[in-house]
Amino acid sequence: MPEIQPDFNDVEHIKSRSNYLRGTIAESLADRATGAVADDDTQLTKFHGFYQQDDRDLRAERKQQKLEPHYQFMVRLRLPGGVLTASQWLALDEIARTYANGTLRVTTRQTFQYHGVFKEHLKPLLQAVDAAGLDAKGGCGDVNRNVVANTNPHRSRLHAEVHDWTHRVSEHLLWRSKAYEELWLDGESGGEPDHEPLYGSQYLPRKFKIAIAIPPENDSDVYANDLGFIAIADGDELLGFNVSVGGGMGATYGDPATYPRLGSVIGFCTPDQVLAVSEHVIGIQRDYGDRVNRKRARFKYTLDDNGLDWFRDELNNRLGFSLEAPREAIFTGNGDRFGWTQGDDGRWHLTLLIENGRIADFEHQQLMTGLRELAGVHRGEFRLTCNQNLIVANVEEADRPAVQTLVDQYNLDGGGSQTALRQAAMACVAFPTCGLAMAESERYLPGFIGKLDAVMADAGLDDKAIVIRMTGCPNGCARPYLGEIAFTGKAPGKYNLYLGASFTGDRLNKLYRENIGEDEIMAELVPMIHRYAAEREPGEHFGDFVVRVGIIHPTLEGRFFHEDVGDAA
Amino acid sequence: MKAAQIREHSSPLDASQAAQLESLVESLSPMQATWISGYLAGLNAALAEPGAVADAAPAAAAGSSQTLTILYGSQTGNAEGVAGSLRDAAQAGGITARLADMADYKPKDLKQESNLVVVVSTHGEGEPPDDAEDFYEFLHGKKAPKLDGVRFSVLALGDSSYEHFCETGRVIDERLAELGGTRVIDRVDCDVDYDDAAEAWTADVLAKFAAPEPAGDAHPTVTSLPTAARTPQAPTRKNPHGAAILANTVLNGRGSDKEVRHIELDTEDSGLIWTPGDSLGVVPSNPPAAVDALLAALQLDGDARVTGVDGEVSLAHALRHQYEITTLTRPFVTQYAQLAESGDLQNLLGDDQRDAFADYVYGRDLTDLVREYPVPGLSASDFVRLLRKLPPRLYSIASSHAANPDELHLTVAAVRYHSHGRDRLGVASTHLADRVGEDDTVPVYIDANKSFKLPADNDTPLIMIGPGTGVAPFRAFLQEREEQGAGGDNWLFFGAPHFRTDFYYQTDWLRWRRDGLLSRLDVAFSRDQADKVYVQHRLREQARDVYGWLENGANVYVCGDADRMARDVHDALGDIIAEQGGMSADAAADYLKRLQKEKRYQRDVY
Ligand code: SRM
Ligand SMILES: Cc1cc2nc3c(=O)[nH]c(=O)nc-3n(C[C@H](O)[C@H](O)[C@H](O)COP(=O)(O)OP(=O)(O)OC[C@H]3O[C@@H](n4cnc5c(N)ncnc54)[C@H](O)[C@@H]3O)c2cc1C
Ligand SMILES: Cc1cc2nc3c(=O)[nH]c(=O)nc-3n(C[C@H](O)[C@H](O)[C@H](O)COP(=O)(O)O)c2cc1C
Ligand code: SF4
Repeated sequence: MPEIQPDFNDVEHIKSRSNYLRGTIAESLADRATGAVADDDTQLTKFHGFYQQDDRDLRAERKQQKLEPHYQFMVRLRLPGGVLTASQWLALDEIARTYANGTLRVTTRQTFQYHGVFKEHLKPLLQAVDAAGLDAKGGCGDVNRNVVANTNPHRSRLHAEVHDWTHRVSEHLLWRSKAYEELWLDGESGGEPDHEPLYGSQYLPRKFKIAIAIPPENDSDVYANDLGFIAIADGDELLGFNVSVGGGMGATYGDPATYPRLGSVIGFCTPDQVLAVSEHVIGIQRDYGDRVNRKRARFKYTLDDNGLDWFRDELNNRLGFSLEAPREAIFTGNGDRFGWTQGDDGRWHLTLLIENGRIADFEHQQLMTGLRELAGVHRGEFRLTCNQNLIVANVEEADRPAVQTLVDQYNLDGGGSQTALRQAAMACVAFPTCGLAMAESERYLPGFIGKLDAVMADAGLDDKAIVIRMTGCPNGCARPYLGEIAFTGKAPGKYNLYLGASFTGDRLNKLYRENIGEDEIMAELVPMIHRYAAEREPGEHFGDFVVRVGIIHPTLEGRFFHEDVGDAA
Repeated sequence: MKAAQIREHSSPLDASQAAQLESLVESLSPMQATWISGYLAGLNAALAEPGAVADAAPAAAAGSSQTLTILYGSQTGNAEGVAGSLRDAAQAGGITARLADMADYKPKDLKQESNLVVVVSTHGEGEPPDDAEDFYEFLHGKKAPKLDGVRFSVLALGDSSYEHFCETGRVIDERLAELGGTRVIDRVDCDVDYDDAAEAWTADVLAKFAAPEPAGDAHPTVTSLPTAARTPQAPTRKNPHGAAILANTVLNGRGSDKEVRHIELDTEDSGLIWTPGDSLGVVPSNPPAAVDALLAALQLDGDARVTGVDGEVSLAHALRHQYEITTLTRPFVTQYAQLAESGDLQNLLGDDQRDAFADYVYGRDLTDLVREYPVPGLSASDFVRLLRKLPPRLYSIASSHAANPDELHLTVAAVRYHSHGRDRLGVASTHLADRVGEDDTVPVYIDANKSFKLPADNDTPLIMIGPGTGVAPFRAFLQEREEQGAGGDNWLFFGAPHFRTDFYYQTDWLRWRRDGLLSRLDVAFSRDQADKVYVQHRLREQARDVYGWLENGANVYVCGDADRMARDVHDALGDIIAEQGGMSADAAADYLKRLQKEKRYQRDVY
């Protein structure tokens, strides 16, 4: 177990002196003179599932008013595999309207976020979440995060089995300190001293993410995760998983030592080896990850700095057995299938586009109210997808009309107005809540897609999906480096433009133009889209096309992300 | 790097030197060129020193006594990092250096600096980092001081992929020079890979800023005139000073139903001198709409000549600037009732009708009366004779003269309400809020208040209770105590309807609490929960400590609403003393009286 060293970064020191994630959170909550928590505590609350933020739309104005920023918190729940019951939905909906800003945000990791939660509402909120049988443990923080998995339940048996593993991995890797119960659930303090069998008092050097995929669907973007399990099945029988290590998206502008990286498949394990593999991969990162430079503390750098061979040996050593050779696995896409689909057990699943994951009542679409009504009658469960969408799952044939009536009444499916482009697009949260945003994302993308829709229609590509992803900064929350076309914010109204990721999530894109505004973006994309319409090969996806015709160089490995950028011609 | 043909310039170099220099320059990156220019300049300064050798830096460092102030503005920590390294390097080199974040730096200290270096990044689209905004604005504002004698250099961090590359650094650099500072090293603009350029600049700074002042202009003796000679006569109520407004901002956040303003007045060379606890007298004018409404009700011409307060003026002028027209007083109604020959009005003035009279005048003004009871043929002069002079209004001063003699701050609640079918404006508060333009001034004077004063002993603890605008003088108190380095503990009780929108000067209190000046801060926001919570409730919750502080010699100050708050607080204090001191209610009342007598319990309520 690593112990604190003088040269470790600030966050390491905060964790070290936090008494297993308590810090001064209790005192911070009691301080009525500020809506914030103490500086050090802002690092610790992440482990408890929430981030301190402020409404950036009001920042300048409040400074003038000699008021502190409009502090509020974002709370992220833990929801392994993205599954919840209808009654849980109703509970979460009510919490949003009572303690948050009245919206629910489906994230790119299959869970919900609340925004706009004031300090004094944190405890009642977390208690209500607990009452609904859920928690926010490890929603954020330097631990394993929400474990995500392929969502589509149409292969019922296989899916159920994989979902079960999703759950078990998540539970197995939870942090164990009693701080959560003590601070939020009126748990007893004192008693046995805390200890963290897996994480130790330093926890991990950085966040850690696990995904599970069931080929041919890669909607969980398995390669973007620190650790990925790719299900290998024989018909409906789960044989095991290919193991992928070292994926991650985040990068810092101007720092080429940081880069997105896709996971490397290093072997195969059987289902009963999954927990051990997870635990030991995490153990290696815990022991070898960089605790001095936080910008390079993710597992992907530990891996590239030490080499895959070293890692494989270290892992096999710790496991006490060797991983088998990986099996063949083929992905066909990383998007969702919209509309009604029937599972092999005869039950129905309805996938709804939730644009950028925001569930609210909009003028033309009463998502919040409509889904509340739907949850009132639905007897199956809800599933969130890693593309920020929603599946109303396991609807009995007889119940379909009732569900469809509500869908129509509240326009939950957009009434057929959603183009293929819009369905495949994704934006991160960014303004006004995200403290790291440099440009708009969630609030900007829908309008921008409208403009591209017109171009696509013009080019005769109405029903063609191109994976478009946008983020407000280079951190990569909507996995932009896996977009066939992607944007990362540089400044208000200015974005970097990337091209050339694959449609299936197994090739990164590359920077094409830097720091440009909408007019320049359109000037680049319009001719490209027309050329794609004219010159593409049958079935060829846009990302593959731009690479084939030499518009952009392919990124074959994360380490080379920053090489050969710009126009390849 | 392009070498501007050196040979063509009338340079003192011979041909071979010039050729060597030209070829060197051709090979340089801009950053290298900058470094070399700094290097040569430093060398030159050292050579100019009598008896100095070329390798002058260490000797100079040892001889230097002046502090190098390293000021940084950083959003993501880069500039902060560079500034920190410079500080470390300076200290290692024996130079006294002070590192300051623009966010915490008191900009008025600028003029006292002698060696100032700035490291600042650019954000947004050519904007300063958030924390540097105030400093940046200050530099450009009216309050920016002359910086003659301040030696400076600026390191700008940026990203050349942006349109406004290193804009903030560039602008600050220009501005420092404009204000009279001496640019010792040309600005260096750094791109995202700033390390080398920053290091070269750091080395340059160490070399240049370590050098002592050239002997020639060392320690010029300047005898300043005694202050009295420069100070004009202290303004009075009769002879107020016309002060310009430097700032006028609403302190309430969005969604508040209050409108309390922070107003800064320019007091430079005004002769206005105050101590914390004093108020400012403001001589206002009536709202033009109120004047128009009254003229219309009277059916009189605003141009009619009347005898005003000091000589003949137009009726409109008199009503606008000289007389009270928005408050119905008993003497006025009495005289007017006679002219109006109205039985109803006469009745209302009866002794048994006091409540009815109060009800009637509440929310009504002269216009309402004139409309309801017109006096046909009433002349302008006769009407004006009934009026009373427009009285000045007082506002607690919210800043310390010692901390900042050139500005005076007020905390003004704008009075706006609707009654009897019309929108109405408080005279003075909206005069300050709405009607003093950029180029206008407002007549003001100091209204000293001897019975609301800080204790002479800086170690005396203070309990300050100031909900709403009542908190204003305590801002002056704490500024003063900060300025004096007073060691006494300070405890503030503040209250308002809502925490998120009505916490006046929240950032000031929080800063003082962080700095340790404000030992305790208790707040009551009445409408944030089901039960109304006020300052007196917080006092009661803290009864033991409040009593402890009193027993420890603390002074208690109460400012703000006279009607209810001051009484409720007084009662709470009495109860606390009785309960905690184990005494009867009478004994507790005596205790409070004694405190009052000893000037340890002071109130300024309105
Ligand atoms: C909500 C979400 C985006 C969305 O639109 O759905 C999100 C939102 C934020 N992310 Fe993220 N991230 C989200 C998925 C991701 C992903 C995608 C994924 O995991 O599949 C990534 C890239 C994968 C990876 O981790 O490499 C991602 C990489 C980051 C990073 C960069 C990490 C790095 O290694 O450099 C940060 C910044 C940081 O951690 O310092 C970040 C930080 C943040 C914060 C908390 C900003 C902050 O640190 O102050 C954002 C809160 C915004 C807000 O107001 O809600 N987020 N973030 C996603 C929540 C997922 C979840 O439920 O757990
Ligand atoms: C020592 C002292 C210090 C003070 N310090 C401050 C300070 O720091 N900040 C501050 O804001 N004020 C302060 N005041 C109060 C200030 O002097 C003025 O009284 C206040 O600003 C109102 O003045 P005005 O000219 O704007 O309103 P006026 O024209 O005087 O109108 C005020 C009158 O309008 C009437 N009125 C108001 N609201 C309504 C309503 N809703 N319905 C019907 N009638 C209504 C009332 O009769 C009220 O008296 C202080 C007063 C004193 C004596
Ligand atoms: C949102 C954003 C906007 C920026 N805008 C500019 C700009 O307009 N001009 C510029 O020169 N640099 C710009 N930069 C680059 C920064 O100035 C540069 O990254 C610098 O090193 C940051 O220093 P700091 O960490 O001290 O803030 C911007 C950076 C960000 C994150
Ligand atoms: S990508 Fe950047 S802007 Fe978008 S949510 Fe993540 S951290 Fe915020």
